[in-house]
Amino acid sequence: MKFAVVQFGGSNCDRDAAYVLSELCGVDTDLVWYKDGISPSYDAVILPGGFSYGDYLRAGAIAARTQVMDDIRRHVKEGKLLLGICNGAQICAESGFVPGVFTINAYPKFVCRPVYLKVETTDSPFTSLYREGEIIQLPVAHKEGRYVTSDPLPSELLRNKCVAFRFCSPDGQVDPEWNPNGAALNITGVLNEQRNVLAMMPHPERASEKVLGSDDGKRIFESMISYIEQHG
Amino acid sequence: MVSAEDLAIIRSSLGREPTDVESACFENLWSEHCSYRSTKNLLRTLPTTGPDVLLGPGDDAAIVRFSDEWALAVSMESHNHPSYVDPHDGAATGVGGIVRDVLSMGARPIALMDPLYFGPLAKEKNRYLLEHVIGGIGGYGNCIGVPVVRGDLVFDEGYNGNPLVNVVCIGLVRADRFITARVKKPGNRLVLIGASTGRDGLGGASFASRDLSEDSEASDRPSVQIGDPFTEKLLIDAILEMAETGKVRACRDLGAAGLAGASSEMCSTFGGLIHADRVHQREQGMHPVEIMLAESQERMLVEVDPGDVALMGTIAEKYDLKWSDIGEVIEDPRYIVRFHGKTVADIPIDLLCTEAPLCEWKTAPYNAEKEFVRPQADIKELALKVLSHPEVASKSWIIEQYDHDVQVRTVSLGGDASLLRIGDQGLASSCGCNPRHIFLSPYAGTANAIIENAANLACTGAEPICIVNCLNFASPVHPDIYWQLEQCIRGMGDMARKMNIPVVGGNVSLYNESDEMNTQIKPTPSIGMVGKCPVLHLPVPAPGWGLALAGETGEHFGGSVLDAVTGCGGSAPVTADPGLVTRIRELVRSSDGVAVTDLSQGGLLAALVTLSPRARVTLGGDLFTMLFSETAGRFLIAFRERAEIGDLPCTIIGEAGGDTLSITAGTQSLVLEQGAISQALSSLSKIMRIE
Repeated sequence: MKFAVVQFGGSNCDRDAAYVLSELCGVDTDLVWYKDGISPSYDAVILPGGFSYGDYLRAGAIAARTQVMDDIRRHVKEGKLLLGICNGAQICAESGFVPGVFTINAYPKFVCRPVYLKVETTDSPFTSLYREGEIIQLPVAHKEGRYVTSDPLPSELLRNKCVAFRFCSPDGQVDPEWNPNGAALNITGVLNEQRNVLAMMPHPERASEKVLGSDDGKRIFESMISYIEQHG
Repeated sequence: MVSAEDLAIIRSSLGREPTDVESACFENLWSEHCSYRSTKNLLRTLPTTGPDVLLGPGDDAAIVRFSDEWALAVSMESHNHPSYVDPHDGAATGVGGIVRDVLSMGARPIALMDPLYFGPLAKEKNRYLLEHVIGGIGGYGNCIGVPVVRGDLVFDEGYNGNPLVNVVCIGLVRADRFITARVKKPGNRLVLIGASTGRDGLGGASFASRDLSEDSEASDRPSVQIGDPFTEKLLIDAILEMAETGKVRACRDLGAAGLAGASSEMCSTFGGLIHADRVHQREQGMHPVEIMLAESQERMLVEVDPGDVALMGTIAEKYDLKWSDIGEVIEDPRYIVRFHGKTVADIPIDLLCTEAPLCEWKTAPYNAEKEFVRPQADIKELALKVLSHPEVASKSWIIEQYDHDVQVRTVSLGGDASLLRIGDQGLASSCGCNPRHIFLSPYAGTANAIIENAANLACTGAEPICIVNCLNFASPVHPDIYWQLEQCIRGMGDMARKMNIPVVGGNVSLYNESDEMNTQIKPTPSIGMVGKCPVLHLPVPAPGWGLALAGETGEHFGGSVLDAVTGCGGSAPVTADPGLVTRIRELVRSSDGVAVTDLSQGGLLAALVTLSPRARVTLGGDLFTMLFSETAGRFLIAFRERAEIGDLPCTIIGEAGGDTLSITAGTQSLVLEQGAISQALSSLSKIMRIE
């Protein structure tokens, strides 16, 4: 089993994700410079957080138009896993892998803090090791993270079980008070229809060790590993 | 312009008129910012050595040993004047510069700290400056992926027109692999990597060394550089990859005085020859003065063997960075600049880099302490005023704008010091000083700033490794200001020696006065301190835990937050006994049943609200003094069992728990409800957050 973490110019959570995968999850992981392309040998690809191309134009917009995305499109088409975290989620949306966009926060400044998330579905390769409705704690760190979508509507996404995570209170109430960026219906983790792409703003790689405050995020990577083990 | 006195020295040394390029080099390299003309003799008195100091002051950053495997690169800078003229870009490029200082040692930048000093937020201009300085620091630091883990925030009228933006950067490098900025061998090539050189930031070093005149905002704006954090991130990755090859002989960041500053100082162990026309340029028709002195950001200079130039080029190109082979190290101790084959500068390199004449300034002591007048207001009203002072209030509005978790090392931002993990060890960091105290008592105030930063580290169980500083003062031309400077450096040196902590680097920012606002800053010897500790889990006091106060409380209201909100005056704190700091560190390390905070701004009241906002406390003595005095060197300790604190000299003052913060002394009492406390602590966010 082999994971690739793609490095664009300006990615800055690439080494963090690779550290969690290789050191904490024990899976073979390569850091791949975007110019080198993604070979078909990878079982899963991570688009990490950061500021690819300095967030110039729109966050993720330029990276989404680089050549490596053709390889990633092929990878997704083959049904293999793609996880986009923060800037990676913005790239996923800009590439059309998931519906909607992540745009500037309702309070238009960068926000970095731990938040609570409600696991909305366990029926995905990324969330199978959680309990449905489980409340987990992960940090967010973004300025352009407010999720909006018009087609399908946020409510349809929820109904179709294409929402993985929503911001909530410590006891699981999904209300605006606990929404750090103004995302529609508190949505912050979106699956594609085929359920092999997850785009999420919170940082699971920053919540994979108790010493850093939470290890709730590690099960996303472990769910992916377990899915690949089962499906080859 | 070079002063008439300097020009006379230059003329007689060269035996001729300097060329325009030479004049520009002298003007910038002999500026206060680059040459420490006013402070060199004072700085020489600081203790700079120790068993863990691998490289002391004088390079881009100091190198101190952290473990057998790892060393830290530590550096501190100010970007004060540019941050007033253009707060976003001024603060952003301040971050960029300090990060490159650490990077040039071959170290990966892993943390930033930002001590900031502003005029009061009642003025709209100051709110604007704060908002955009924070935005600039966050915008740059977040983008390059270096967490801001600590800061300090002080408000005083003296900073109207002279906000101070100081920044500390900490880097991580293998102890046997760090790179210096001193060239190693004649014949080696000098390769410039990064952004193209434009006409931006011309004369920044000399700009930073004079006071801001009335029309400075408009006319100086072209002297402020614009940062590009995306290029900086590429540069970080490229330079680290170059360092990893083991072929970089020396490396330096292009900062103040641009290429002229970097290349001459770097080559001063031998000599240097620069071909200015080979520099990759962003604009057409640039004059050699502009090429040599521009302070375009995101550029680095490396020395490599001639055979390794192509390898450096390949790495630069991987990251889409431009590069050029611009010169070489020469045997002859001269600094030579050629432009299309014509020699435009040829000067003795030592004259330029090390022989700037020192300034002698007069000193005049003063006493600014006012007699204490007890404020007449009700004690509860005063307590809430102190808690809602923005120095005491919650800084969440600021902290949340910084990505403090990137690089997955941040264990805690801490009440007192931040804690990062490096392998299985802890790196604790603290920064700041108390300018109101230091103004009233420069020697004691600065000595206490050393104690307080060490005390902050002790609260996480950390032992100090080193100090860096940023000496921000008004103009040394005034004898009272030069006296402050002298007293502060003495206080810093004496306490650093007493506590055995080397002062390994820093910078000096003088002339912080404003004609526009008719202000001069209070003395601000801003301190950065890093230390080492086990990665401890620091508990939060639970109801029923005991509370104890260590250290004696005197009547020290001068320069306190109470003084700031009421103008009550009084004496400033005297120099504290640092012995307690060691006891606290040992206590924190020995028990998982204690939590400690040191008493600083806002005194015992602020410490109680930080550590145990629900508590029943009974104090001996006068309630007013006990709550608001800011005597230095005290700690508030919460303990699970009395036995946890052993024989620590302290007074038991109460226990955590209940619904309120309830404090009694004799017949006086104060009860603060939780709602009132959180209301007061939210003041900074309320002022700054406009929906």
